[in-house]
Amino acid sequence: MKMHRYEKIWLFLAASMLVIAVVYSGVQTFALGQGPPSGVGMIDPEKVEETAPFDNPGISKIGDNEYEVVMILRAFSFEPNIIEIPAGATVHFKMTSIDVMHGFQVIGTNLNAMIMPGHIQEAKQKFKKPGEYLAICNEYCGVGHQLMSMKIIVK
Amino acid sequence: METIENKISTMSGSNRLDSRLTLMYFSIAFITLLAGGLLGLLQGLNRAGLLELPTNFNYYQVLTAHGILLVLVFSVLFVIAYFYSILSHTMDGLFPIVRKMGWISLITMLVGVVLVVTQVVMGNASVMYTFYPPMKASPWFYVGLFIVVAGIWIAAFGGFTQIAKWRKRNRGKHIPLLGFFAMGVFILLFFGSLGVTAEVLMLIPWAFGWTETINVMLSRTLFWSFGHTFVNIWYLTAVSLWYVVVPKVIGGRLFSDTLTRVVVILLVVSNIPGGFHHQIVDPGMSEGIKLTHALMSMVIGFPSLMTAFAMFFVFARVGKKKGAKGVFGWIKKMPWGDVRFLAPMIAMIFFIPGGAGGIAQNANQLNQVVHNSLWVVGHFHITVGVTAVLTFFGAMYWLIPYLSKRTLTPAMNKLGVIQTLIWTIGMVFMAGGMHTVGLLGAPRRTSYTTYGDSATAASWDPYLLLLAVGGTLLTIALVMIVYIVFNLMFFAPKGNTEFPIAQGEENASETPKWTERWTVWIIIMLVIVAFGYVIPLVDMIQNAPPGSPPFVTW
Repeated sequence: MKMHRYEKIWLFLAASMLVIAVVYSGVQTFALGQGPPSGVGMIDPEKVEETAPFDNPGISKIGDNEYEVVMILRAFSFEPNIIEIPAGATVHFKMTSIDVMHGFQVIGTNLNAMIMPGHIQEAKQKFKKPGEYLAICNEYCGVGHQLMSMKIIVK
Repeated sequence: METIENKISTMSGSNRLDSRLTLMYFSIAFITLLAGGLLGLLQGLNRAGLLELPTNFNYYQVLTAHGILLVLVFSVLFVIAYFYSILSHTMDGLFPIVRKMGWISLITMLVGVVLVVTQVVMGNASVMYTFYPPMKASPWFYVGLFIVVAGIWIAAFGGFTQIAKWRKRNRGKHIPLLGFFAMGVFILLFFGSLGVTAEVLMLIPWAFGWTETINVMLSRTLFWSFGHTFVNIWYLTAVSLWYVVVPKVIGGRLFSDTLTRVVVILLVVSNIPGGFHHQIVDPGMSEGIKLTHALMSMVIGFPSLMTAFAMFFVFARVGKKKGAKGVFGWIKKMPWGDVRFLAPMIAMIFFIPGGAGGIAQNANQLNQVVHNSLWVVGHFHITVGVTAVLTFFGAMYWLIPYLSKRTLTPAMNKLGVIQTLIWTIGMVFMAGGMHTVGLLGAPRRTSYTTYGDSATAASWDPYLLLLAVGGTLLTIALVMIVYIVFNLMFFAPKGNTEFPIAQGEENASETPKWTERWTVWIIIMLVIVAFGYVIPLVDMIQNAPPGSPPFVTW
């Protein structure tokens, strides 16, 4: 197979770019701890409200400037649907769906995860800037999908 | 000898029986496109807050129908018709059995589509074209989908039959290059839809109530094993035209027969696991598996980058022959006023941001920023809506007249140029607005909303207006292309139109025999699919949470 020299250079650069993208993703995930939300916990989707910690959804302080938010997503609301945290706190979200698939995206941050029945999704986020953050469901979940939102107030 | 045969086939034009089949496919495809596009306009207007849809025909119903009609029905009908025309033209006409399979496939698909669409219109299946469980549509919706897939398989096996029979008659010859693309596409149509078929076969008994629960994660994963493969089927179709037709239209030669075939092989073998990147922010999968898949999806970028080189190489070579100077001198030498060139050329240009967006999305962190936002919708409207569909439109200006034994008049060419430009500007507005507002966080698949008068959501409104503006322009262009297609089919002046196929360079090296070993490529493909899917699928089945009962949330 004959190849032009320019083509070889181009393909070398192309391959390098793709390899760099993957290597960088790997470094971000494993060395910098910035992997995508990948909670592997499981739950019976028909017994969410009887299973700890989802029997008591809400926010709790778990350490020095660290909070845990246990959240249930259902068509078409979040529980809790408003949380308050101090600026600079790290928040660990633990979420599951009680019915269909939902999404959880906090606008203005990189926090974005799929929430599925039967699976416990986990994600963490540090909220540095004070303000009111809008969080929404970004996976179609039914006729009221456009109403499904909540607030995160950072003081 | 061969050239004489070629001449006869160009002079006599298409085989009438084959043309009747493919023209029927194209007719239905473009009527579907019109219907699906009009539904798209309604969504654009709603999303911009300009139009309220009635409750008995709501946004999500419209969106479900739009997705199914365009993503599934239009594209599949177009791709099958295009490649059947190619098989007929480059392989001495369709064998009678293959022609029959083409008709049976069409009828089967239509039965399925009618079943699916009826359920959506009746409001029993507002589940989007991804139909993620545990949202439950009417079981007949899934039955309809299964029938559509069965129709697709019949067409794919028709394609295999044609190629196998032709090879038997032409021992020692290479499959014509366009036929080689057809082979790749039919393989992907068949193998790529196996996963989703398995999913649908699990959903049917669940939707009827014969089984109680469904494995949500498994269903979603099987869906995406097909979801992105379909994208690459349109892409491979568009690319076949770039490699083989465009050089001829501009008066050049093939880039390289061998390298073109290698691109086809690479796209076929690396394709199916590519769909996994839709699940980067899903729960239930370890980060290690996600990274493996990021790599496997990234591989698809490689043949695309090869294509980028090949295309510009061809342009530069043709330009040079016509006396162009410098690196960009060829730009002036291209036939911009010829719609057969203009439409695919704009399609290629849009593949630069489109492809880059695809690569960006495939990386963990970047995916998290745009996942399920309107950015993604913008991405696939420039990749599918421009890169693939504008190339398809470009094919219509010679393929329809070739099939209907008519000619493209200068007036119709001019109308085509205007159509192309309006379509392009419409997409720039719409997809541009979607990309921007998606980065700001606006979600996809959501009807107009203020999220309880949120200031954040209000800041998206000006960009969302661009969706309505773009959508309106696209609708105008859509009506024009449908008019053009039917004009070329029934009313254009009679005559013979050439099927433009570029020849190789005179000093081109012989294409090696190993490119024809399809059994080997299919085995490699299956090994790669297994490498990507066996571990996660086994894990999803063995370590599954209790299944989900059905929900109807609309």
